[in-house]
Amino acid sequence: MDKPEYNIAIVRGFVTWSILWGLVAILVGVIVSFQMIDPDLNFPPYLTFGRLRPIHTNAGIYGWGVGSIFAMFFYIVQRLCKTALWSDKLARFQLWFFNATIIASAVTLILGYTTSKEYHEMEWPIDVMIVILWVAFAINIIMTIIKRREEQMYISLWYMLAAIVGVAILFLVNSAAVPVSLFKSYSAYAGTNDANVHWWFGHNAVAMALTAPPLAMFYYFLPKSTGVPIYSHRLSIIAFWSLIFMYLWTGAHHLLWTPVPDWIQTLAMAFSVMLIAPSWGSVINGYLSMNGQWHQMRENYLVKFLIVGITFYGLQTLQGPMQAIRTFSAFIHYTDWVPAHIHMGTMGWVSMIAFAGIYYLAPRIYGRELYSIPLANLHFWLILIGQLIWSISLWIAGVLQAGMWNAMNDDGSLTYTFMETMVEMYPYWWARSIGGVIYLLGVVIFIYNLVLTAKGDKSAPVVASAEGRA
Amino acid sequence: MWEKKPILLLLLATGTILVGTIVTMILPFAWVNTDHDKIETVTPYNALEQEGRDIYIREGCNNCHSQTVRPLVAEVLRYGEYSKSGEFVYDRPFLWGSKRTGPDLARIGGKYPDDWHYKHMDSPRSMVPKTNMPDYKWLRDNKLDPDMVRRKMDVLNFPYSGDEIKALNNKNEMDAIVAYMQKLGTGIPWRESAAITIVGDLTNPYSGVDHLTMEGWEDIYQENCAACHGEHMEGDIGPELVGSAYEEAELFEIIYNGISDGGMPGFSNLGKDKVWKLVNYLKYYQQGEGHH
Repeated sequence: MDKPEYNIAIVRGFVTWSILWGLVAILVGVIVSFQMIDPDLNFPPYLTFGRLRPIHTNAGIYGWGVGSIFAMFFYIVQRLCKTALWSDKLARFQLWFFNATIIASAVTLILGYTTSKEYHEMEWPIDVMIVILWVAFAINIIMTIIKRREEQMYISLWYMLAAIVGVAILFLVNSAAVPVSLFKSYSAYAGTNDANVHWWFGHNAVAMALTAPPLAMFYYFLPKSTGVPIYSHRLSIIAFWSLIFMYLWTGAHHLLWTPVPDWIQTLAMAFSVMLIAPSWGSVINGYLSMNGQWHQMRENYLVKFLIVGITFYGLQTLQGPMQAIRTFSAFIHYTDWVPAHIHMGTMGWVSMIAFAGIYYLAPRIYGRELYSIPLANLHFWLILIGQLIWSISLWIAGVLQAGMWNAMNDDGSLTYTFMETMVEMYPYWWARSIGGVIYLLGVVIFIYNLVLTAKGDKSAPVVASAEGRA
Repeated sequence: MWEKKPILLLLLATGTILVGTIVTMILPFAWVNTDHDKIETVTPYNALEQEGRDIYIREGCNNCHSQTVRPLVAEVLRYGEYSKSGEFVYDRPFLWGSKRTGPDLARIGGKYPDDWHYKHMDSPRSMVPKTNMPDYKWLRDNKLDPDMVRRKMDVLNFPYSGDEIKALNNKNEMDAIVAYMQKLGTGIPWRESAAITIVGDLTNPYSGVDHLTMEGWEDIYQENCAACHGEHMEGDIGPELVGSAYEEAELFEIIYNGISDGGMPGFSNLGKDKVWKLVNYLKYYQQGEGHH
């Protein structure tokens, strides 16, 4: 069979830009973490915690998360379909429009144009841009899959297709709003309905944008990195269908004890616990794929990122259901425990897999071997330690504050005022900031390594190592 | 087989995703915001309050403050009556939040007088020294845009009068956000029903305690009272405190339940013991004494 003309330039483009937005997200994250310690670091009106925090989250989700997903999917889809991308022009448009959208998001958010809906703060014109972006992406991926030259669709492609349709439904429904002006709109839903629709979106955006795509990457890059196939095809089928079925019932676990009808909360709680099964289906499939290959954890830095990444996915999908239980939620919700949970998922699971994917792509998109494997190892340890300090300090903070909020005197009165509980948080917030700075340092080393790889000696041998294996 | 047919896979995946979506997201519309959870006393925001709400959204206050009180003992004690679905029918978008870096605000309306909010927004640390809330004094410099507010009220289909819109010309963003704060959680008359009726005789457990002991209770005063009544009881937002003005039992009731008309919040959540300490501190601890 002829070797198709794969479009590598578009992959390189999305890798570059997603990393840049990732750096912005982490940098702003570190800044807002210091603003929580010292209010004098707020510079109104633009540079306040309230306006910068959505830039941190959205740059992370849409810029780094979705951007790196675009990069990986464009690479993976061509390989798995053994055919070039359906439209190079559309992909090129998508790259520039992606950057325009991210920049427009950052600018409008800093100006205070926000819907306030978490992880969906951008106002309606940007929603329109995101929809255009997603449609362009969907068409290109689906058409490439349709014209594929490999009959069987590999697991990664299923997750891709589910993510494409899932994100589309979620985003469209939650975007519904009535505009007042170009930069102000009111939600189409009110109060309790709005809350329920929003967290149906919020939780499943995690499923469709930050779980299915990293799983697609994991299922592709793990066998590619280890050289042995996935342990069980059947297990991956069961895990796939049950994951996309169960996830959609669980949004209301963000709303336990709120005015949302009780039965929705109960369903959300039950399905959250059931979700452990399909989540761990993928974790176990990953672990069993390492049978006889565990020595690669020492020798192959890609495997290290991937297996530690899937381990954090496993921990995340145990801790999540635990928090989705009413009694535990009553205790822990609204404290710093919750951001600690989210950051284990984003810094530990999603980013670890994305880093592994980019390292795997580096020789293939820059045409030469990675500049330094020791630096990649240093990157691994810094982000691992940074994230652990981040999460562990805030888990402790969350338990401490929850305990103080609930502490009562013998006469049935509260032991602590709100302020007395808040001031106890400062040392833990310091620890979190330090963890964030260490993580940032790791990412700077990652970027340095890639820049030197890209700029390296052009005459160095071009790598084609795992190229032959499909 | 679906593994070989991408369109079939897409359709099957869509169907799978829609099951949970229909049951937990679409179906609830049949019950929520209908007669089922309607509360008659809940009214829409007026023009100034709605504008304040939009400023709250613009500044991302929801990143640190939640707006739902859960039906849990400690939570109701701290914030007030738990939140009901019918209280939020005019909230577009909802602002329940997910993190309490600062306290919940669902029941903040009527807790403090307006002056408290102005002073607190100007400089939170002037009232709560260790808080991490940034200053919002600059909101005072921003005028409102009455035409824009009118358009907003039209889109929301909230009732308003021409005078109400005209009055916005004399208001700034700080006025708007304070008006919004005062509206929050007042759709039901929960403060009246939550007031505790004290039955039986109140006996001062610290009767005749010496001044040295009372000096140790100054922290309770400084943390809970000084922001309004001044560091030395000289008065500020609240009046100057004169020990002889009330009997012990009267003083206890005022601190315990507050004076809702006068803007004094109740401090029952401190517990009887601390309130009695405050009664003694206020009544018998002379100003200037202990301050060297």
